[in-house]
Amino acid sequence: MADVTLTERLRPYRVLLASRARAQMQYRTSFVTDILGTVGVGLAEFAEVWIIFHNVDILGGLDFTSAMLVFALSNLAFSLADMFVGHLDQLPRYIRAGQVDAFYVRPLPLLAQLMTSDLSLRRIGRLSVALVVLTVALTRADIDWSPATVALIVLTVVSGTAIFSALFTAAGGLQFFLVDGAEFTNAFTYGGSYAAQQSQQVFPDPLRIFWTFVVPTAFVAYIPAVAILDLPGDHLTPHWLAWCTPLAALLAWGIAGLCWRLGTRHYQGAGG
Amino acid sequence: MSIDSAIIETRDLVREFKKTRAVDRMTFSVAPGEAVGYIGANGAGKSTTIKMLTGILKPTAGHVRTCGLDPMRQRVEVARRVGVVFGQRSQLWWDLPLRDSFAILGAIHRLDDQATRARTDLLVEQLEMGPQLGTPVRSLSLGQRMRAEIAAALLHSPELLILDEPTIGLDVLSKQRLREFLVAERRERGTTLLLTTHDMGDIERLCDRVLVVDHGRLAFDGTLTGLAGTVGAQRVLVIDLAAPTADLDDVPGATLVESESDGLRQRLAFDAESTTVAAVLAHVSSRHEVRDLTIEEPDIEDVVRLIYAASSRT
Repeated sequence: MADVTLTERLRPYRVLLASRARAQMQYRTSFVTDILGTVGVGLAEFAEVWIIFHNVDILGGLDFTSAMLVFALSNLAFSLADMFVGHLDQLPRYIRAGQVDAFYVRPLPLLAQLMTSDLSLRRIGRLSVALVVLTVALTRADIDWSPATVALIVLTVVSGTAIFSALFTAAGGLQFFLVDGAEFTNAFTYGGSYAAQQSQQVFPDPLRIFWTFVVPTAFVAYIPAVAILDLPGDHLTPHWLAWCTPLAALLAWGIAGLCWRLGTRHYQGAGG
Repeated sequence: MSIDSAIIETRDLVREFKKTRAVDRMTFSVAPGEAVGYIGANGAGKSTTIKMLTGILKPTAGHVRTCGLDPMRQRVEVARRVGVVFGQRSQLWWDLPLRDSFAILGAIHRLDDQATRARTDLLVEQLEMGPQLGTPVRSLSLGQRMRAEIAAALLHSPELLILDEPTIGLDVLSKQRLREFLVAERRERGTTLLLTTHDMGDIERLCDRVLVVDHGRLAFDGTLTGLAGTVGAQRVLVIDLAAPTADLDDVPGATLVESESDGLRQRLAFDAESTTVAAVLAHVSSRHEVRDLTIEEPDIEDVVRLIYAASSRT
């Protein structure tokens, strides 16, 4: 198998994802309404930011434009992760349908099969809202553009997506144990997403440390945004920390891998 | 049956759940090309065994090899060489036309497009599924879906096909088509079959060997005829006589079960090993005029029940 090229190796996943896309396109009307729905979700979330800054000029050290950047970065990363692996936290449904057993008798890794078993193209709606807000924020903000700024933005989006994907994977792993544990894991996935779009300065230090070093969603938007906008930040957000986003993603994936391994071991032990 | 060449081999295989022992020191092996029926009541340990054979479930103790491989450590390799049909779970993509499922499975098993197409065409022809290729899987009838599941499990030409309740819920005609296909598949490709079922017709038509599992233990391993012999199941000769006759209780090797309508119809049970239909008939017709006769074969469900009864006494 060593001489098999990467393209060849990825072919099953490409075919699987393409089939998921095709299945969604078959019902064009419902697909369009689904997209409009997620646009609505994105707009509603943005409305919250808008309302806050309609009433106050600065919150947690951010003005409206900075808050828009934080909002856009976190929403972009979350909707990308949600689109590709958001269904992982639906694991109990897969188990009940016998789908997990079917995955076990196919010659591909279980996690890779689960990840490619769905592709929620409807999240494109929320993704588009995030992209528009990002463009507006970057245009309005007084940014000292340099190649490093561009690199930091790209790095942030990629790592942020990886961080949220890791959270979904960890949630999936834990749900091998937890019967109807979605409420618990939602606290970390959707809760993490909510925490990521805030200025971290609004949280008390213990919570900030949690969202920075345990479930590292502060790295998804706030920490890089402070560096991109060259804001003063504070003792927990030195500018160099923004470049540690990939490390945060690694940390998140370490935890996710652990949860996943524990989960599958439990499944093979409990019989599902 | 040499251990080295066995396609399935278990030795003292044990699987415990919290309080129960679902599989209890199970030892058996299956040679390539065999067709084995794996029968037992619900909860007897059939599915647990299959899950251990395919790497879904980790054994508590004991030894298991599928195609010579350790299913826990070499699950992916086992999956390449084994096809599995779970009667009540689907391997297909319900929201796409049937042909897409075959194309996707071909990619999963890393067959090239040409090989996938050739194999799909062959299976579709043999299973007479041509008209359904464009139908979304969710719109297939149960019989059509089961045939599609079997085609899907055979797409990568596995050496071993494991079927978990393949005929459950099917009508008589669908069952028959499925069985005919499996007989042909086995004859042509030498595919080894292991099937669990509640339908004794499946066993009679498809299997040359039966494993009976009861409370996680292997209660019987042998041929279907041997199974009937073990519990002393008897065949019954039903004789219709021309005139009312006294009880036929003096036929050598046979015992009278029942006499109806003043002896117009009498039922004689006999053991296939001690006498024959011809001998019993000759004896009766030498004294009385026989108008008609039928032979009742032992009901396999009864046989299995007797096996359970016998093994639960020990």
